[in-house]
Amino acid sequence: MKEQDVVPYRNRVKEHAVKMGMGLVNQTKLITAASELVRNMLKYGGGGIATIETISQGRENGVRLVFADKGPGIKDISLAMKDGFTTGRSLGLGLPGTKRLVSEFLLESTEGKGTTVTIIKWKNG
Amino acid sequence: MDKIPILKMSDFLLVTIQVDLYDQLAENLESDLINMVKKYNSHGVLIDISAVSIIDSFMGRILGNIAMMSKILDAETVVVGMQPAVAITLIELGLPLKGVHSALNVEKGMALLRSKIHNIEQDISIPADDSSTE
Ligand SMILES: Nc1ncnc2c1ncn2[C@@H]1O[C@H](COP(=O)(O)OP(=O)(O)O)[C@@H](O)[C@H]1O
Ligand SMILES: [Mg+2]
Repeated sequence: MKEQDVVPYRNRVKEHAVKMGMGLVNQTKLITAASELVRNMLKYGGGGIATIETISQGRENGVRLVFADKGPGIKDISLAMKDGFTTGRSLGLGLPGTKRLVSEFLLESTEGKGTTVTIIKWKNG
Repeated sequence: MDKIPILKMSDFLLVTIQVDLYDQLAENLESDLINMVKKYNSHGVLIDISAVSIIDSFMGRILGNIAMMSKILDAETVVVGMQPAVAITLIELGLPLKGVHSALNVEKGMALLRSKIHNIEQDISIPADDSSTE
């Protein structure tokens, strides 16, 4: 993935969300979260793979996004999850903000191996 | 590379963002706007984001930078037409749009800017030259 892929990728996330009937506010939260995570993957992870899936659990439908890179990884995850923490001179809101915007958030990272972030936004979540 | 047009309207600069910005375009907008504020000695910057469906922390930072730099150059920044879903998302993301005023539409944004500039003019006792009684 490259910088120019960000907008088309967001559009694809939107297509999935619209197709399952997700409301506008949840769509906007999901796409904003996706935008943050793609940006991190490009900026800190040296690029990677982003996937989009529609999932269901019981009667609830949702969209699951996975962002996987083979970059340097994150040394201190709890520090990275703090509002305002950044090593990139930006706002430090991407990870903590994303966690607030989605229904489920999983961050896995191994130093020297890479980082994988998985998020789920339920249609009514 | 495409550019976002910046319109000069008397004392103000008006920008209408009609596409979802990718990074380079947003950064160019930031520097173009600052340069134009300097060049024309503008007192207000009006950014119409009614067509923008996503503002992430990157875009939010650009808007904040524009407001901060404009302020240093003695210009106020008003963002108009933010979609409600975008506003709700920004709050949850935790992004305070510091120094950015907001208004419902371009007309109200203009009025807001005028009132701010009018105040400045009164402060330094320069008579306003328009005959508007609003
Ligand atoms: N994919 C990643 N690989 C390595 N480090 C990352 C990754 N994503 C985030 N980080 C680290 O976590 C910090 C916080 O990220 P974030 O909350 O998005 O804020 P920001 O992007 O503004 O720095 C980053 O500054 C970086 O150090
Ligand atoms: Mg980030």
